[in-house]
Amino acid sequence: MIKLKNLSKRFGKFTAVDNINLEVKEGEIFAFLGPNGAGKSTTIKMLTTVLSPSEGEMEVNGYDVIKNKNKVRESIGVIFQDHSLDDELTAYENLYYHAVLYKIPKKERNARIDKLLNYIGLLDRKNNLVKTFSGGMKRRVEIARGLLHSPRQLFLDEPTIGLDVQTRSFLWDHIKKINKEQGITIFFTTHNMDEAEKIATRIAVIDKGRIKIEGTSRQIMEKTKTGTLEEAFLKLTGRDIREQPADNHEAMRKRRRR
Amino acid sequence: MIDAIAVMWKRQIKTYLRSKHRLIGSLAQPLLFLVAFGFGFGPIFEQAGRGNYIQFLIPGIIGMTILFSSVMNGMSLIWDKQFGFLKETLVAPVPRINLLIGRCLGGATTSTFQGIVVLAISFLMGYKVVNWALFPVGILFMFLISFLFTLLGTSIASKVEDMLAFPTMMNFMIMPMFFLSGALFPIDNFPSFIHAIAIINPMTYCVDLLHYTLGTSASFSFMLDMGVVVGLMVLLFMIGTYCFNRIET
Repeated sequence: MIKLKNLSKRFGKFTAVDNINLEVKEGEIFAFLGPNGAGKSTTIKMLTTVLSPSEGEMEVNGYDVIKNKNKVRESIGVIFQDHSLDDELTAYENLYYHAVLYKIPKKERNARIDKLLNYIGLLDRKNNLVKTFSGGMKRRVEIARGLLHSPRQLFLDEPTIGLDVQTRSFLWDHIKKINKEQGITIFFTTHNMDEAEKIATRIAVIDKGRIKIEGTSRQIMEKTKTGTLEEAFLKLTGRDIREQPADNHEAMRKRRRR
Repeated sequence: MIDAIAVMWKRQIKTYLRSKHRLIGSLAQPLLFLVAFGFGFGPIFEQAGRGNYIQFLIPGIIGMTILFSSVMNGMSLIWDKQFGFLKETLVAPVPRINLLIGRCLGGATTSTFQGIVVLAISFLMGYKVVNWALFPVGILFMFLISFLFTLLGTSIASKVEDMLAFPTMMNFMIMPMFFLSGALFPIDNFPSFIHAIAIINPMTYCVDLLHYTLGTSASFSFMLDMGVVVGLMVLLFMIGTYCFNRIET
């Protein structure tokens, strides 16, 4: 469950997120779409407590994100846009350290880790260093880690970027499954309109820090009088190619991921 | 709470032990200084009537090993920032102060370990323990000093994004700290203005503590040395916590 009220984030003179209001209900699969630099990642960072907003209020799972950071952190799982495993540790160690940080009772740790490793098909690679894994395998470990502490809400920031078709379909199948079986609320961003259309129960489009439209993909197509979500998206955000400031570190991280 | 500190501590040690190059590379510099100065300056030192140079030099070289490796522990934080693992710890329901303590204890442990390896090698150079009762206290001080400088390196690293700039910046800071600390020569012979720098250099008091426990002669009162080290640690701990609480991604 997410509630955003008049949320803004400014970096100096640049306004990344401009007074947005948004509500995501328990059990929804919500897609947050927008061109590069629209404010998607900035919003996710604020919701996941790693960036503080300039103005506004946020609530996640009933907890105030600013005042009650630790409660929010306990109740969410995050799959970041770029790599966030420790490559020098094994898959098991990465998950075990996560279990400790999230205060999973000692007795349950190993059983849960094995269950999730089995779930992502990497139980036999349990004790291999993550640096020996492919990009897709690393992603799967990150998914297992994000689910390890049974969060009520999962955030995924461009989770399918750079993944092969198999890993992508694996990821979405499992996201749908955990949403259905465990009622975990899903909030994700993507550049792939097909994914959003197929997976999401509701969609919002953000551009230049402002929310342009919100609704089911059908509602969005009706409102914009277009035939596909992609057309609707282009109509709402224009055809100009966005410039994203070059970031060396980002490029370096991406390279390492492969 | 303790769990989070312990797990961060363990992680720092594990990643250190898995990098054999780091271990070997970090020993090369102190050994070079040990050999070059020990054999080069030893005879002059002894002719000047200051006693056995190796006995004087070893605490300084231990101090150097600790200073360099501890400050460079900050690199691990920058690495984690660049390659993403930091984010995983920042969204975890753990107070940041525990992450800082765990990381710094881990870094201090590996630096102390390096100091002990250099100490072991120095026995081959003819170093003799002056007072066995004080020897374990010396090891304890090595850990204390390691923690102090790991805090320093980590606090600075929390404000630095550039992976390549950090070691260069740190060298610029730790080289003078090392040379003007009495690690290689007694500071009472320094010209007055350099002596003044040595007096305000925290490393001077760290080396002095090691002289008390592992060497023969010290320059200041024990209370002054301890006061400087503990006072600085408290100050850096406050600064480090402040910086850590403000890391955003």
